[in-house]
Amino acid sequence: MLAAIRPDNQSFALLLHLVGATVVFGALLACATSILLSRGEARLLRLGYFSLLLVGLPGLILLRLAGEWLYRLQSWNKLPSQIDRPSWLDIGFIVADWGGLLFLVALVLGGIGVSRLRNGKGGSTILLRSTMVISLVLAVGYVVAVWAMTGKPN
Amino acid sequence: MTFEDWIFSIHLLFAATLVGSLVMSWIVVVSMRTADTPATTLSLHRVALVATGATIVGLGGVIVLGIWLSILRIDFHPWDGWVIAAIVLWAVATAALLRSFVEYEKPARKAKALVAAAQTGASPELTALNRTATGLALRSVASLAVVLIVVDMIWKPGA
Repeated sequence: MLAAIRPDNQSFALLLHLVGATVVFGALLACATSILLSRGEARLLRLGYFSLLLVGLPGLILLRLAGEWLYRLQSWNKLPSQIDRPSWLDIGFIVADWGGLLFLVALVLGGIGVSRLRNGKGGSTILLRSTMVISLVLAVGYVVAVWAMTGKPN
Repeated sequence: MTFEDWIFSIHLLFAATLVGSLVMSWIVVVSMRTADTPATTLSLHRVALVATGATIVGLGGVIVLGIWLSILRIDFHPWDGWVIAAIVLWAVATAALLRSFVEYEKPARKAKALVAAAQTGASPELTALNRTATGLALRSVASLAVVLIVVDMIWKPGA
């Protein structure tokens, strides 16, 4: 197992990567739960959105930067082109990068929703519910990534 | 994947659930500091209950699978210093979290009593309960213990 043979100089990068991942995961759970249980209450709808913006986004940036640092420390960037990257690493990249794009879509939709909510315009609930659905999809994606990156199936 | 890999993977999924639910509960705790009405308190309490459930699942899962893993793996033992340190820190985190759940239950009970008495406006007493210093201190101790467990798991001092 990688954890057992990991050199000490990679430990801090791994710690930051894990902290980032769990902060994003927690923010996604907070976002989805707050909007799901809001019953239309503005305070919980806003809490859901701002969890994602103020907690989730910094966590995602930390996760991605520390992940990249770890990737370079483990010399995956020097892998010869004829050798395929392991699938657990690809799963991690898909969840972090494509999931990151989806995260930004959730932020934009939620941002418009919160703005319409503040101005008393209609349609805010459906926009924030879209943010909630994306958060749930991303949370499932993170569970798959944790499984893949720790179990290393191939 | 071997059976041992599966146990390790599920152990870390429980760990992610535990830390993720702590992040979630911190979001609620910070939000509660500005809650002064029974309705707001009760709606935040609904979210807190989900976080509490996830924390309990995470706490149970990490310790059971963690000890199992330390028995399964040839290179680790349950009596290794870093494993014992993790178990002690887990006990500290669990005790502090369970006590903090009691502290954060108080504003919900007060809010329900206020609603029953048809007092739906802002209440200074409710605000004070939502800003519980004891609850905050217990939550901080638990979070610090969990962070130290993660550090211990990564560096495995003495292993």
